[in-house]
Amino acid sequence: MSVLVYTESEEGTFKKIAFEAVSYAKGIADMLGTSVTAISINGNNTDQLGKYGASKVLQVSNDQLQIFNASAYADTIAQAAKSEASHVVIISSSANSKYLAPLLAVNMEAGFVPNVTELPTSTSPFKISSTVFSNKAFATTEITTEKKLIALAKNAFGVLENDTSLTTEAFSPSLSEKDFNTKVASIEKTNDKVTIADADIVVCAATACSKPVSDLGWRPHGEHVGQTGKPVSSNLYIAIGISGAIQHLAGVNSSKVKVVINNDPEAPFFKAADYGIVGDAFEFVPLLIEKLKEFKSNNA
Amino acid sequence: MKILVCISHVPDTTSRINFTEENSKFDTNGVQFVINPNDEFGLTRAMWFKEKQGATVHVVNVGGPETEPTLRKALAIGADEAIRVNAAATDGFYVAKQLANIANEGEYDLIIGGRESIDYNGGMVPGMIAKLTGANFVNMCINIEVEGTKVTAAREIDGGNEIINTNLPLVVAGQKGIVEESDLRIPNMRGIMQARSKPLKVKEPINTNIETKITGFSKPDLKGAVKLVDNVNELINLLHNEAKVI
Repeated sequence: MSVLVYTESEEGTFKKIAFEAVSYAKGIADMLGTSVTAISINGNNTDQLGKYGASKVLQVSNDQLQIFNASAYADTIAQAAKSEASHVVIISSSANSKYLAPLLAVNMEAGFVPNVTELPTSTSPFKISSTVFSNKAFATTEITTEKKLIALAKNAFGVLENDTSLTTEAFSPSLSEKDFNTKVASIEKTNDKVTIADADIVVCAATACSKPVSDLGWRPHGEHVGQTGKPVSSNLYIAIGISGAIQHLAGVNSSKVKVVINNDPEAPFFKAADYGIVGDAFEFVPLLIEKLKEFKSNNA
Repeated sequence: MKILVCISHVPDTTSRINFTEENSKFDTNGVQFVINPNDEFGLTRAMWFKEKQGATVHVVNVGGPETEPTLRKALAIGADEAIRVNAAATDGFYVAKQLANIANEGEYDLIIGGRESIDYNGGMVPGMIAKLTGANFVNMCINIEVEGTKVTAAREIDGGNEIINTNLPLVVAGQKGIVEESDLRIPNMRGIMQARSKPLKVKEPINTNIETKITGFSKPDLKGAVKLVDNVNELINLLHNEAKVI
């Protein structure tokens, strides 16, 4: 009956979102009076999951699952939920989790709510709040099925420490040939830096860009922020020379603090920002970098 | 090749988002509805398959009669036939069940949906259709080539792309990249005239269980006005001491 949480790792290393998902699962488990079981697929150092509230880890070590495969991963998680008799399953909102989520929901016959930002408002009936209309509104959804699948929005809940003693068990899913009908032929990473979706601080125009910049091929589409690009939920978003078209804003609404630097005081972004500087980016940005470096060394 | 493109009828990006009936319903008053942008990218790719590989393209939507202009627009862009499942699109699973039924009846080889609709942002319908029909599935699809039953697709991952080999029958969730923005088509007069005589079939929904229901909406607290600063030191000071993000 424990709450099951899928803890994502890449090349064995847990992602920050895995710890956030465990922290969130612990919150729900406390509400339901139960414990947290984490499922890890080829993750190393599973002990660290205890720090955030997991009391058990189901550890899958399987060479066939070295490369992400949505169907096989969804089947693995569904089987783990069954073996633990878990009715509530928590996942994150990474590209991979978004890929496996609908497959998992149908497999488990679970009511699925994505983009969840906080703990349920009640567990009986089970009501939970999520963002809709590109973060312009919240919806409260009642899940009426016995089983529930919840995808936590990025950077919505935070990583909370909650030291718990942890046991680890090996778990072997039974996978079918059909799970491997889609095969990854190659993977191309545009860079090995932090991706904009995972970033705590996003500087628009440097590590992310607006649509025209991506359309012209100056930066890859993976860095295009907005309605048809990537959504960004960072703690700090600095938009430099970005006017703030409504389609761009749709992608940054869930970032916590927005700073805009623009020489046009009429730029729509000023209406959406928390802090603004009206001025020439070429003058202010080098200054900002210099002062931030100074700040960092003073606060190191 | 028979292609089914799933079209969501959504409020235009610039719409004001308001709710009525004690915050239980989306207020459609004065709202302009469009083809969901992610679906439009997919529809445009379907047009490419029609023109280059002789595919037949049907479009489908779950919604009331008010969604028909959106389907007619898809016909004007070049789809051959439209199907409307006559039901309110209550939740993602319900819509997926209806669409899976249409997919099974029509024996489609390729089903194209969008990465997510820009209203409820669920991103679940294409994957659910795949699981319900037993088809293969590629999410966040940024390229697709079909040769016989063999498919090469590209998917956007966090920080890059991956190339996937798979087979028909297949469901993909498209987004920008499956075609570029500049490839999108505005229906011309001839297309609009032809769309009027193309078939638009209305089907009644199948019975299915409801898994989730939205009980209410709310809007985020109004944001305070932007705080303008005129020097970088003050900005850093505010980010550190007031916003506490650095």
